[in-house]
Amino acid sequence: MKKQIMAVTLTAAMLAGLAAVPVWADDAGSDEGKVLNIYCWNEEFKTRLTDHYPGYEEVDGTHGKIGDVDVVWNITPSDDNAYQNNLDETLLKQADAAADDKIDLFLVEADYALKYVNTDYTMSVADLGITDDEIADQYQYTKDVMTDSDGNLKGLSWQGCPGTMIYRRDIAKEVFGTDDPAEVQKKVADWDTFKATAAELKEKGYQMTSTVNDSYRVFSNNVTSPWVVDGKITVDDNIKNWVDMSKEMVDAGETATYELWSDDWSKGFFTDSNVFSYFGPAWFIDFSMSADQDGSVGKDGGWAATEGPQGFYWGGTWITAATGTDNPTLVADIMRTMTTNVDVMKEIVTADNDFVNNKPAMEEMAADESYGDAVLGGQNPLAMFCAGADKIDLSNMSIYDQGCNEEFQNAMKNYFEGNATYEEALDLFYKAVVEKYPELSY
Amino acid sequence: MAKNNNHKAVSYNKWGYIFLIPFVVVYLIFQLVPLISTIYNSFFENYRSGLTQIGPNFVGFANYVKLFEGGEIWIYLKNTMIMWIMGFVPQILVSLLLGAWFSNPSLRLKGQRFFKTVIYLPNLIMASAFAMLFFTLFADGGPINAMLVHAGILKEAYSFFSHAWSARTLVAILNFLMWFGNTTILLMAGMMGIDPSLYEAAEVDGATSSQIFRKITLPLLRPILIYVMITSLIGGMQMFDVPQILTNGTGDPMRSTMTLIMFLNKHLFSKNYGMGGALSVFLFIITGILSMIVFRFNKATDGR
Repeated sequence: MKKQIMAVTLTAAMLAGLAAVPVWADDAGSDEGKVLNIYCWNEEFKTRLTDHYPGYEEVDGTHGKIGDVDVVWNITPSDDNAYQNNLDETLLKQADAAADDKIDLFLVEADYALKYVNTDYTMSVADLGITDDEIADQYQYTKDVMTDSDGNLKGLSWQGCPGTMIYRRDIAKEVFGTDDPAEVQKKVADWDTFKATAAELKEKGYQMTSTVNDSYRVFSNNVTSPWVVDGKITVDDNIKNWVDMSKEMVDAGETATYELWSDDWSKGFFTDSNVFSYFGPAWFIDFSMSADQDGSVGKDGGWAATEGPQGFYWGGTWITAATGTDNPTLVADIMRTMTTNVDVMKEIVTADNDFVNNKPAMEEMAADESYGDAVLGGQNPLAMFCAGADKIDLSNMSIYDQGCNEEFQNAMKNYFEGNATYEEALDLFYKAVVEKYPELSY
Repeated sequence: MAKNNNHKAVSYNKWGYIFLIPFVVVYLIFQLVPLISTIYNSFFENYRSGLTQIGPNFVGFANYVKLFEGGEIWIYLKNTMIMWIMGFVPQILVSLLLGAWFSNPSLRLKGQRFFKTVIYLPNLIMASAFAMLFFTLFADGGPINAMLVHAGILKEAYSFFSHAWSARTLVAILNFLMWFGNTTILLMAGMMGIDPSLYEAAEVDGATSSQIFRKITLPLLRPILIYVMITSLIGGMQMFDVPQILTNGTGDPMRSTMTLIMFLNKHLFSKNYGMGGALSVFLFIITGILSMIVFRFNKATDGR
């Protein structure tokens, strides 16, 4: 069976190389499935495919067509782990499912990618016929995320998610006298100056960040050990640094303790709030900051981006092929088109302000004076993103990252709000993690 | 003749059993079998780590040992009881009052039908939707805080969900609002079943209305009261949706609003049927004991 798939994909790859016509048009129709099942958690990838994949026709909210193949979208929101629960149940039944019901392609995020990558439920991209040469321009970290313990690459991404610090121009002008990213960067060059600046902002009635959790990822991406070492939960020193800094900032009223994505947190996207900055990558600026709404800071281009105290990444979506797919050629073609085709990728940058996973293309656009992000008042943040993407180090990832990150922030909220000591909150964190992953100890 | 009678009795019995079949079948399939399999599951190590299934391996009482190890389970039981009582006490008082008013013919209340419908309405809203509404209303930047600050009652927004007692109170208020209508209807039905001649006799003897309530209504209402208490107790022990949504599943602050079923839900992340089973058995036993206490207590005073 595996050989057959290999043969099909290799032939297809050759055909695709020889003729510029899309593979599905004449070849895939013959012996491959007529239904392409895609599992994901929001509309992002669907929009990307609709807008940029040649030959994709939208039928209705959850259906599309590529040639004579029906594309079926199974979109389950990530809230309360619903996406993964649904995906897991379906994947576990994958072997027995009818060909048209099998998952062909699904999306994963970095926080839990290893959970799927380290299993046989995901296909290696080499088995799909995608060679190392084709993906040589992709950022190394995007490949590291999807590499299993045996060194097989299991998925590809069209985007890179290096983050920046996004601040309000009007507040910067009022407090520091300038909104120039280079000048503001000096005010947040490292965590000590960041904290001093927070005090300066507080005096003028502004909050440095909307919540302590805004800076969490900046610390958690710069750890020196993974969350779990030999089955034992460990808290890295850098995470502890975050706790100490955050506690002081909360006590001083320089930030708050809201959860990310809550209403109170996102109030800072609007001009009538006193929040100075957020931390986020390209998709955050374009997709999440309510820039299309009246009264938002982004609507009039009121934000600007700077590197911030430390580099980090946030999120990112990876495409992976489910083992047992009956559309390997089409899946491979989607991966190729979306993650290696320079024209399509540049189109994504200009149309959606996304940061795409193609080093030369991004570096070229970073130097392009004519490109600018309207939300950032026309600033071209790509050079910053490029520098950030090169520095991302994912050597300390584990399959427990998602649960540990979530529970740590939940538990520490109690410490920040004065309902518990650090030790009590830490104890609560350990307990909550063991509830989620009974095989761990502390 | 006697033989004939006997034959008749037997055939009636047969019908009795036939009519019982649907209930027994449903009970066996949906109650007894799950109950036994829950107990059975509680003796196994059986969970999922990522996509890898661990177990089931027989581990004896290991799950129970783990359950009681840290002693948190008693805290969650205490939280559940506290929030139930905080909601139940006002609920039963308001329901008794409303029931007495509605069933008292001498008051001749107008628009009874309307009010009976209105007080029952909160129960028709999904608990999670209701909790979402409260979550938004009482958020730091929500309308309640905005109003309190504007009116000068508070200097700055009060984080209702960051303080144990305000969070518990909100849970209790929600449960009270959702269930007092239901209890009122039940108590009212009980009150209307009391023979009116007893009230008339009491009135003729010159009893005041509060005397009538205490000496006639309450004692005769006891069976219904027991029923209401036990069903509410069982419902209260299984409290989940309201605190879960209101605290985003964390039971914050410091798990002071974490109920037993929320704790059970925590184990479902890893599909941990062993721990889930052990916790369910614990809940089953506690509910049984509490129901017995309520039952005995009421029976004892009934005997006089």
